[in-house]
Amino acid sequence: MSDSLFDRIGGETAVNAAVDIFYRKVLADDRISGYFDDVDMEKQVAKQKGFLTMAFGGPNNYTGTDMRKGHAHLVERGLDDSHFDAVVENLGNTLKELGVADDLVGEVAAIAETTRNDVLGK
Amino acid sequence: MPKIVFEDKHYQSEVGESVLDCLIRHNVSVNYSCKSGVCQSCMMVAVEGEPTPGSQLGIRETLKRQDHFLICACVPETDMLVAVPDSIGSTFEARVISLDKLAEDVVRLRLVRPENYDYLPGQFINLTNSEGVSRSYSLASVPELDDFLELQIRRVPNGRVSGWVADTVEVGQVVTISQPSGQCSYMPGREDQPLLLVGTGTGLAPLMGIVRDALRQGHHGPIHLYHGSSKAEGLYLVAELTDLEEANDAFYYQPCVSRGELTETSQKKLRSGRAADLALQDFANMDGWRVYLCGREDMVKSLQKKVFLAGASMQDIFADPFVFSERVSSEKVDSEKVDSAKVIQKVDAT
Repeated sequence: MSDSLFDRIGGETAVNAAVDIFYRKVLADDRISGYFDDVDMEKQVAKQKGFLTMAFGGPNNYTGTDMRKGHAHLVERGLDDSHFDAVVENLGNTLKELGVADDLVGEVAAIAETTRNDVLGK
Repeated sequence: MPKIVFEDKHYQSEVGESVLDCLIRHNVSVNYSCKSGVCQSCMMVAVEGEPTPGSQLGIRETLKRQDHFLICACVPETDMLVAVPDSIGSTFEARVISLDKLAEDVVRLRLVRPENYDYLPGQFINLTNSEGVSRSYSLASVPELDDFLELQIRRVPNGRVSGWVADTVEVGQVVTISQPSGQCSYMPGREDQPLLLVGTGTGLAPLMGIVRDALRQGHHGPIHLYHGSSKAEGLYLVAELTDLEEANDAFYYQPCVSRGELTETSQKKLRSGRAADLALQDFANMDGWRVYLCGREDMVKSLQKKVFLAGASMQDIFADPFVFSERVSSEKVDSEKVDSAKVIQKVDAT
């Protein structure tokens, strides 16, 4: 197991396979879809790819400050733990749908979890 | 080591260094995020020099052909002149060949295609009036089939460019146009893929270019074109599109009228309802489809989401929302013009 999580999960190919499925789940999820209205879908997909790359343990340069700034307007609109949980749930279901092993799904969820406080501005 | 030229300044790259890292090291302010060739926020155009193949992975085919690449994933092998997409603005002079009324408020303007003027069907250009005001219009022509450039221009109330075209411009006059931009075009490959094209009003213009280009390139999957208008009189080129449909087994044309009842004398082909709704009703599962959406911004954005939820991949959805300047206050018109320089955003009208 010397390979990184990103390599084991399938790298960029996995990100590209996951992005449509994940974004579709998010948009179809009434708990959170409201936060994704009025966004430019093309730009949103680029952001989702960035997020998935990070969650898959891939190279990224996201900082806690970026996360705070990027979500502050959503926190003002009431974004809370329940919404964060819903996104993580959709992420897990996306990976399961793609046949990713449970232990890897767990690792991804753990990485996503590290962003919770920054995303929610805590 | 190769040199990078960006915004008229030269930067010396180091061994194994990406274009992005080189610019960052020189304290140049550029957009980027993941630095791993994924998020595409650092996309630029190679004006001179070849992008490495690895720096074009995952980029839309239409943009690849226009030398777009990801600067974080490109360790240059040659000197490169790079630019932010659509920041390169050259203008061309083009003589007016013809002006025809297509519908009550739609004019077809044909221009002599300037020499060395390359474009992809479905792209748009800026047309500048005698006062220097520019608006964007989509190209309805196909370079391999037509020796002219064709624009379909809807007259907008108090439109500064559309009114100028309708009232002042004459055959033989020379007008100023920009180079083409936009990525709403047909790309060869996957010729069996079903295509859905939905346009309202003059959103038909880019779609006509795309349909004719797809047929020219031998696309043999079904091609479904829905053209919507509020009134039957707003539909145009119905006969030409019906002829095209009859000449091509794979092409299906559906004109749609969203308001008012269809009369006995209406063309049999017409259907009552919004083009977007009828298309979704006809094709509930869009998995594997390629989709082109042009016209009113609200229609395009809402349908973009619906076809994505119906299964189409984001990579396969090409959206070209028209922003009409009539809806913005006069001081905002200039910022709308700036918007038109963006790849996807588009200001149509006035």
